[in-house]
Amino acid sequence: MDLNQYLSMFLDEANDHLQALNEHMLELENSPDDVGIVQVIFRSAHTLKGMSATMGYEDLASLTHEMENVLDLVRNHQLKMDEMIFDTLFKSLDALETMVADIANGGTGKSDVSSIVASLKSIVSGDYKKEQSGVAVEASENEDKHAEDQIDEFQRSILEQSIEAGMHVLYIKVTLQQTCVLKAARAYMIFQALGSHGEVVKTTPPAHEIEQENFDTGFSIFFVSGSGVEQVKKDIADISEVESVEIQMLTIEDVKNWNDMKDAESQAKQEAVAASAEVAASSAVAESPADKSADEQKANRSVQSGSSGNKAVQNRTIRVDIERLDVLMNLLSEMLIDRARLEDLALDIKRTDLTETVEHLARISTDLQSIVLKLRMVPIDVVFNRFPRMIRDLARSLNKKVDFVITGADTELDRTVIDEIGDPLVHLLRNAIDHGIESIQDRVAAGKPETGTLNLRAYHSGNHVFIEIQEDGKGIQREAVLKKAIKNGLVDADKAANMTDEQVYQFLFASGFSTAEQVSDISGRGVGLDVVKTKITSLGGHVVVQSKPGQGTTFIVQLPLTLSILSAMLFRLGDEKYAIPLTSIVETGLVRKEEIRRVHGGMRMIDYRQGVIPLLSLSSMFGCSGYSDFEEDEVEIIIIRKGDSVAALAVDDFIGQSEIVLKPLGNYLKSVQGISGATILGDGQVALIVDPNALLK
Amino acid sequence: MAEEIKVVVFKLAHEEYGIEVEKVKTIERMMPITRVPKTFTFIKGVVNLRGVVVPVMDLRGRFGLPEAEYDDQTRIIIVNSHEMEVGFIVDGASDVIDMNAEQIEAPPEVVGGVKAKYLRGVAKINDQRLLIMLNLAEVLNRDEIIKLEELEA
Repeated sequence: MDLNQYLSMFLDEANDHLQALNEHMLELENSPDDVGIVQVIFRSAHTLKGMSATMGYEDLASLTHEMENVLDLVRNHQLKMDEMIFDTLFKSLDALETMVADIANGGTGKSDVSSIVASLKSIVSGDYKKEQSGVAVEASENEDKHAEDQIDEFQRSILEQSIEAGMHVLYIKVTLQQTCVLKAARAYMIFQALGSHGEVVKTTPPAHEIEQENFDTGFSIFFVSGSGVEQVKKDIADISEVESVEIQMLTIEDVKNWNDMKDAESQAKQEAVAASAEVAASSAVAESPADKSADEQKANRSVQSGSSGNKAVQNRTIRVDIERLDVLMNLLSEMLIDRARLEDLALDIKRTDLTETVEHLARISTDLQSIVLKLRMVPIDVVFNRFPRMIRDLARSLNKKVDFVITGADTELDRTVIDEIGDPLVHLLRNAIDHGIESIQDRVAAGKPETGTLNLRAYHSGNHVFIEIQEDGKGIQREAVLKKAIKNGLVDADKAANMTDEQVYQFLFASGFSTAEQVSDISGRGVGLDVVKTKITSLGGHVVVQSKPGQGTTFIVQLPLTLSILSAMLFRLGDEKYAIPLTSIVETGLVRKEEIRRVHGGMRMIDYRQGVIPLLSLSSMFGCSGYSDFEEDEVEIIIIRKGDSVAALAVDDFIGQSEIVLKPLGNYLKSVQGISGATILGDGQVALIVDPNALLK
Repeated sequence: MAEEIKVVVFKLAHEEYGIEVEKVKTIERMMPITRVPKTFTFIKGVVNLRGVVVPVMDLRGRFGLPEAEYDDQTRIIIVNSHEMEVGFIVDGASDVIDMNAEQIEAPPEVVGGVKAKYLRGVAKINDQRLLIMLNLAEVLNRDEIIKLEELEA
């Protein structure tokens, strides 16, 4: 069978399951006694095993198989979760992730997992706890296998009463054919058929497991029947794909002694083909062919129809290749360009019906645009979900206690931003744990709780998304930062005294602060923070720091919702047209020539509010041939701001405000100073987008 | 068995040049070009190629030949190579010919004022036409220009 067509589906689902496993393991770590979570984990692991086996990734399958064995013991209360088990399971998850990533990169997914498999096996056998003797575990395991076939007090009394009332109590063993594809459906048909004869008292495995196909080929039923053995047997045997039916009529003695009898039988049974016992008992490599084919069928089904286990909680969603969305986006942006062109034409031609149609088109395309933009929005959860695990490991390795709280994981951001924001956030979070939150001793000494709190918040505000990383650690020492800044020549001592804390903290992002030996001087802040800032700035966002000594530090990252469509002011320099993003414009205005002052060095300044700001000549910066603002009597200006620096740009003429589609200049012109990209105007011409951040350096 | 190749032939100054046809996306007439400030002088700017912004360079300028006025013979050849899409402004594009890869010989030091490293070779067509094959990797190499500019500055 050609499995390539399933590969991308396999990878998607494998990643989903790994993510789910990670999340639930963390959940379980917080409440180790919750068997419900173990069930969920078990199911994910089981599906993953089946999928991997179908796709022929044996190492993946064998590792998940061992994990499953451990989890199986846990959910049957045979084993209590402890630190060692958690660590081993987490290690297994890491190994699985590596293998899946390898497959995604075209690899074979092969990996030496023998050491992890060995430690998982030692957990199953109980060897890792020396005080437990091997024999005792063996015995308890056997007990476990057959506990399933046993009946409890309540069930026994029902059975006894039924017999006394003259009903037949039947013990039915049904085996389905190994080729049976829809086992759950067959099982349902069997129960349906039984329904007309009487009442099912108990099934092994339990009914909900059967519904989810969590059985191999057979199951057994305690049945109270009004009809005779032959009648029931015939009805079940009539259902197709049933391999065999064994029915045993139970007497009241049988029922009374059932459990003892089963125990006595147990040894013999283990050697028989009792498939479910075999799965747990056999090692991964020596999986019996029957199990394997059953698993394959299961996996086949789940690959084809999506993970069936959690169908109920799934939204009505479809997976779409990101590239298709990008194509849609490109098509839309071309349509917007044509719309602008049509609007121009309609204005020229001045025909009412044309104008109306164009206006209608404009409205529709605006709606379309907002929907397409929404389609590209991804909850930031896809970035956040890998953090809890990272924080846990990091805190553990640094011997710190950290309570990590995520809020607003459903906040949505454009995919282009999502793709880029992960690394900077990792950096900030690592910093927060490494250098922000103190060691347990220090915290206790400072009168704080042992466990530090790390908050990761995301929320919308206006056209921006904010991400806050807040810890209650020791805070940033202003003096230490300033000392370093002065030493590095970033600021002189006189000025430094008057700077706000905010301004001082910005020095942390200067590249000089990022070398290792300086880190210890300033309480560790600044490891690669310059990289973080560069990345965030390139995404059109910025980052600020708030800190109180002794109380903690907050990094606030502000990001635009989307990168590809932006509101901009169009203006002219001679016959050249340019655009500048509205977000960085403070206001526009007009200055007369005599209001422009010249300071030495030829720099021109103008009065603005209470201060003076530089007047920058775009036409000379861009070397325009047809226009120079120096010759004008009155100069139109655009006041732009970036952080605390403000400047005025001299332009020729304003054209107006417009939604523009950001286009790259192409690979050949990767970076042009002062230009962040281009857009196509309604007349089909290209206008360059001015990068205000570069001008305000 | 020698490799058959198809080549787009264009004129620059007095010579005929060739680019493999699979590297050429389209050939366009002259169109409005938006100047891009602060870049190499031979970059004339960017054009709107059906919704995609594409930089265009004057190939004469790139090779250090004197630049000429654009007329109605002028063409922009959009090439797609080395993950870059760039337009070459040339004096005219005449035709597409079939030739044999074996016909390409190593280029002499300088052909028509163009340095050998920009050339893949020279091919004789029908004993009278001389076709100069371009080495696109070098023509599109930015590092060398940047180094040159640093030297001058």
